[in-house]
Amino acid sequence: MARRLTLTGNDAGAEAMRQIDPDVVAAFPITPQTELMHKFAEHVADGDVKAEFVLVESEHSAMSATVGAAAAGARAMTATSANGLALMWEIVYIAASYRLPIVMPVINRALSGPINIHCDHSDTMGCRDSGWIQLYSEGAQEVYDNLLQAVRIAEDPDVLLPVMVTFDGFIISHTAEVLDALEDAEARKWVGEYLPKYSLLNTEDPVTFGPLDLQDYYFEHKRQQVEGMRAAPDVIRRVGREYGELTGRPYDLLERYRTDDADLVIIALGSTCGTAKTVVDWMRDEGKKVGLLKIRAFRPFQEKEVAESLKGAQAIGVLDRSISFGAPGGPVHKEIRAALYGADCDTPIVNYIYGLGGRDISTDHIRTVFEELEKLPGSPTPEDNIRFIGLRE
Amino acid sequence: MSEKTWKEIPIGGVIEDAGNAVTYETGSWRTYRPIWFADRCIQCLRCWIACPDSAIVTEDGKVTGVDYEHCKGCGICSFECPVDPKAIEMKLETDVEE
Repeated sequence: MARRLTLTGNDAGAEAMRQIDPDVVAAFPITPQTELMHKFAEHVADGDVKAEFVLVESEHSAMSATVGAAAAGARAMTATSANGLALMWEIVYIAASYRLPIVMPVINRALSGPINIHCDHSDTMGCRDSGWIQLYSEGAQEVYDNLLQAVRIAEDPDVLLPVMVTFDGFIISHTAEVLDALEDAEARKWVGEYLPKYSLLNTEDPVTFGPLDLQDYYFEHKRQQVEGMRAAPDVIRRVGREYGELTGRPYDLLERYRTDDADLVIIALGSTCGTAKTVVDWMRDEGKKVGLLKIRAFRPFQEKEVAESLKGAQAIGVLDRSISFGAPGGPVHKEIRAALYGADCDTPIVNYIYGLGGRDISTDHIRTVFEELEKLPGSPTPEDNIRFIGLRE
Repeated sequence: MSEKTWKEIPIGGVIEDAGNAVTYETGSWRTYRPIWFADRCIQCLRCWIACPDSAIVTEDGKVTGVDYEHCKGCGICSFECPVDPKAIEMKLETDVEE
């Protein structure tokens, strides 16, 4: 039986964490921490969860304590945002390389400076190469759903990688939406009992974590991380299918929204996908063949599936909510271009940088993108292929 | 040394074989060698407690010498030694080698 709730994205994340009830949660308690952890702290104070809740002096320590707990064999979680993720950086890589299945909600917000606390993807895009799986959420429902799935994905024996569940700051985190949640017993059964591969607390079978790993074996351990990431797509698909059987809401790595016969396709992540779907519906009603390719899993990135999804497109617009300074366009744009290389594709592709520091993206903006794309079919990618939406020129 | 492939080693750099540091000899790192003088030693075991590499050798609770295959020559044992003259003195390896 589903429970229908009205929650902000932050409260939806805290609700998922309450039901997951991890063994250990370590968190930095002040900004850039969000209300997600505030709400979870209430669950701790009210005795709703059994989790050991550790308040630490920085995000560097939050991730360090989470790594320590996970190495000890605990199901461990934390949450962060923006500059908090930046301060965790060193340990974010360590969590992945020690193969600790930590799940972390990240509320996407701009990195300073100048100081800004509003939405963009520069925080999580910056650590796209850290070895974490990244699932981007379109709304509060997906925040909840992705967190419950992330536990199963991270802890799968073939994967054993940490997972970031990201969602757009303020746009999702502070906006109330109606969503369906599982009953507690169902959610507990779904996440199941965590049986760690190694545990520092298991004195019957003692192991060492984090030894020096030099020229002789470091490279082999990196290769193993590649293998974990390669195993992840099948696991994400399987977990998404099983979650669909349980809830009626199946998930995949990508979502093809009216792309099957689309001439013009926009690619986006996060809450902008909701805005884009509305515009796609409006323009479809006008007889325009437009569609949206939503990337839910940015890591692992599914280049073959992306290329397959874009086969029929005559013009492609890639929306990036972050900048990769000095590179040819934003991070999503580069992945799309790389995916299409060798796919026998000479479709024009334009990159649209948008929404930095919380700059609004409206249905009008998305419509303008489609209108610009409409002029492109049959011609090569234009010279001015990196464009900015909603910027005062 | 036969090195294993990425498929043959535990993930995450975990060492499954506890206590295998004993097979890794670190004595060659040493610049200064601790020389233990049995006649000065009062068997307080401070050196044994303080040694970060468990390189103070004991038998039946008594110091009997230093494990030179693992001692890195940090000198903590000599620093902690409370007797005067010290029961452990640090000597340059190049002075004691021959």
